[in-house]
Amino acid sequence: MSEEIIKKYEGKIPAPMMEEVKLALKEKKLTKTQLETVFTRLEEKYRNARIQPGEAIGIITAESFGEPGTQMTLRTFHFAGVAEVNVTLGLPRLIEIFDARKEPSTPLMIIHLNKPYNKEEKHLEKIIAQIKEIRVYEILNEVSINLLRLQVEFVLNKKRMKELGIVEEETAKIIKDSLKTAEITEKDGRYTASPKNKEAGLPGLYTLKEKIKEVKIKGIDGIQEVIPKMDNNEILLLASGSNLKEVFKIAEVDASNTITNNIFEVAKNLGIEAARETIIAEASKVISEQGLDIDIRHIMFIADLMTVRGEIKGVTRSGITEEKESVLARASFETPIKHLINASLTGEVDYLNSVVENVMINQPIPLGTGLPSLITKLSKEKKK
Amino acid sequence: MTDIYLDEKFIGTVESPKEFVHSVIDERRKQKLSTMLNISYDPEFDEVSIHTATGRVRRPLIVVENGKPLLTEEHIKKLESSDIHWHDLIEQGIVEYLDANEEENAYVALTEKELTKEHTHVEIDPIAILGLITSLVPYANFGQSSRLNRGSKTQKQALGLYASNYLLRMDTDISLLQYPQIPIVKSFMHDISKYEKHPCGQNITIALLSFDGYNMEDALVVNQGSIERGLARSFYFRPYNADELRYQGGLIDEIGVPDKEVKAYRSEEDYKFLEDDGIIFPEAKVREDDVLIGKTSPPRFLGEMEEFSIAANTRRESSIAVKHGEHGVVDMVVLTENDEGNKLIQIRLRNERIPEPGDKFASRYGQKGVIGRIVPQADMPFTASGITPDIIFSPHSIPSRMTISHLIEVIGGKVGALSGRQIDGTTFSAESEKDLRSELLALGFRENGTERMYNGITGEAYNATIFVGNMYYLKLKHMVANKMHARASGKIQLLTRQPIEGRSAGGGLRLGEMEKDCLVAHGASLLLKERFDSDKTVIHICESCGMVAIYDWLKKRSSCPKCGANAEVNAVEMSYAFKLLLDELKSLNIYPKMNLKNKY
Repeated sequence: MSEEIIKKYEGKIPAPMMEEVKLALKEKKLTKTQLETVFTRLEEKYRNARIQPGEAIGIITAESFGEPGTQMTLRTFHFAGVAEVNVTLGLPRLIEIFDARKEPSTPLMIIHLNKPYNKEEKHLEKIIAQIKEIRVYEILNEVSINLLRLQVEFVLNKKRMKELGIVEEETAKIIKDSLKTAEITEKDGRYTASPKNKEAGLPGLYTLKEKIKEVKIKGIDGIQEVIPKMDNNEILLLASGSNLKEVFKIAEVDASNTITNNIFEVAKNLGIEAARETIIAEASKVISEQGLDIDIRHIMFIADLMTVRGEIKGVTRSGITEEKESVLARASFETPIKHLINASLTGEVDYLNSVVENVMINQPIPLGTGLPSLITKLSKEKKK
Repeated sequence: MTDIYLDEKFIGTVESPKEFVHSVIDERRKQKLSTMLNISYDPEFDEVSIHTATGRVRRPLIVVENGKPLLTEEHIKKLESSDIHWHDLIEQGIVEYLDANEEENAYVALTEKELTKEHTHVEIDPIAILGLITSLVPYANFGQSSRLNRGSKTQKQALGLYASNYLLRMDTDISLLQYPQIPIVKSFMHDISKYEKHPCGQNITIALLSFDGYNMEDALVVNQGSIERGLARSFYFRPYNADELRYQGGLIDEIGVPDKEVKAYRSEEDYKFLEDDGIIFPEAKVREDDVLIGKTSPPRFLGEMEEFSIAANTRRESSIAVKHGEHGVVDMVVLTENDEGNKLIQIRLRNERIPEPGDKFASRYGQKGVIGRIVPQADMPFTASGITPDIIFSPHSIPSRMTISHLIEVIGGKVGALSGRQIDGTTFSAESEKDLRSELLALGFRENGTERMYNGITGEAYNATIFVGNMYYLKLKHMVANKMHARASGKIQLLTRQPIEGRSAGGGLRLGEMEKDCLVAHGASLLLKERFDSDKTVIHICESCGMVAIYDWLKKRSSCPKCGANAEVNAVEMSYAFKLLLDELKSLNIYPKMNLKNKY
């Protein structure tokens, strides 16, 4: 009996809604008329919730962001205490997300760990050591330029190396291997690096010195700091710096829950749908942190627009604005001359189908009351 | 070795910098070095810097030695009897001026009581930490610092007696308060700066009360009776001038009543006030566009002369007329000459400004607001003794701004008005609030300054007692008469055919990008089109080449310059600005072809 009615409304209301009804039906017994009322009401509600044809959703989205955006403070939020990571939030971060900047100003990863590592503290040190990047300057005792012999001399800090679990011989080998332009020798724990090319002179020595300092000894590229954090009885790692690909390779890491705030990295490693989710999550985070309330559908709409081409496009003149069909619409937003000249070179045609163009030529815009039109076919006799 | 810099230039080194600085200061106090010189030692950079340049900010402090100020009672007595003067104190090294650098080395006590052995200076008075205008705010130590800032800012905008020779002056955009009063609650800086010779406000009776919502959002309700008695009336002066300019070829501007033959002649009515010399007479009541000075100029281009043989024909009208939206009385007419020796006529227009809704007023504590309504005296609330307030101030303006000094002044003003004396409200050393309250009680009023008041319309007593008193109020220079503007239709720009910009030119009010977006968001398509119709034009377009065609309105015939007379031509409506864009594209050698299509 109820199956009949359900079948009748299948497709008329969205599938998740239907699932919910089916779930509720298991617990409650409804008569045929009652079920019919439920469905008619649902259908009506659903119909009313849909956006009307001719609604200016783009402008409404822009206004929904723009108005609360004026109240956003420009300050970046600092966590109290030492053992936390600084994150850019507020308007600068929102601009960063929507402009689709390649690198966030403060890249951040939240690394989840597999069981049992997410409960036990004893493994932490080892995992962090695998992730955190260590460069030579962190374990240097001293570094100097010997002007007489034209070489760079440096001493490694043994105590620090022991703390970080680094073997000196390995370190020396890594430095030797990564510096092809210099010869490195050791004597009583004092290393000397003399450039192979003696012509380079003093400037060459300086660059060599800086090069030595920057040699990576271990860890993952780009991850400067890793801080463990207790969250809901689970140990999380907050990493400043982002490198999804390499972090995923570590066995202890729960790759399905680990996230980064670098949208492009997500798109590259996990695909465009994941990038869309990241945009929504990151933008929502900024907005809720500022104590503002913007409907999630507006954020989703922008995220959709940014990712619909399969790659991330920013809300800029080189991003989604470039995608517009109309020459006049493109020209009305930054660098007009470029667009007009290119259009004239390729002989583009503007069909004046959208809003901005019609405002420019002073015609009714094809939105709201300007969208529908009445067409009457006159009969032949009347036409006479 | 410590480096020494004189006006940022290295001049030498010294072994013991501190002793060196001390010895230089001693020499300066003994008048062996200029008192304009300042020296300081910066231990962080280990350098001594001496400054003598002009433009440094310096302030006077009393020198302290061994915890005792050098200024004694004896000095003060002598100062009072004018036996010694300020400069004597400086010459004797009792008072010295420090600049910002030297102040870093000094240890300054705020009052004499705080003095210890370590102190090097003491303030002349605690109020010296404030500037001139800020010290004009009474009871400033009871208010929030940011309000103090705003309070001093509004004092600069207040109307008053700006210069006592105002009758002889030709200032632009200046106002004069008709009945300025000296404040009942003053600070001692008022005496020092001779404020009472050029006061900038009026003492008014104020009630803290809401009034039918007309004093919401900082607005004020003003008693019409008070205005009729002259409260906050002012004169607004504006000068107009005309030069008799000389041009190349011996041509010259001519001041006089323009001939009717002259180009761009206004109407005879416009020149009615001009006397035979072409200049208006004093005390003439003029309205907008009335000519003040009749003037004609020679033609701009010599070519114009050839067309017409009569010289008068070619002269241009260039009279000076009353600006758009202004009126007034001619206050003064001056005939003189300018730097080049040309005849110069200056006219000062006087306009009486009676307070009206929209005029801005402020107390001295950053509590500013505009008039929301002017109420007849009969409808104003009154006290048991029959007093009606001049201004009703909203109590909602107080809590969030915490301007306690505003409230203290109301009590102080009430005491001053009742006992017939001025109240000293000098910051840090004012008459105490407690004393004021007990004096108020002794005068037969409630200690807290409130009184029973009655509704002016119904005559019923208000349930609550109302806080009433007197305070000094300032009329600020921002008056609606100078700002309000609206237009239906009017002048347009030559290039774009869109309305011109600005109030003084009678321009339009722009419906900007964001306002446009609002109409788009509402889907009000046709309203949006209508709003932007200000520059709409009908243009004839050739169907085949898509360029602008010619339509002959006389012969009712159209033709295309490119495709000939038989081309199909259709009329299209568009904004002139878009037509201009197409023209500009054409000038860039871009061919904007228009494909016409029936819309439906």
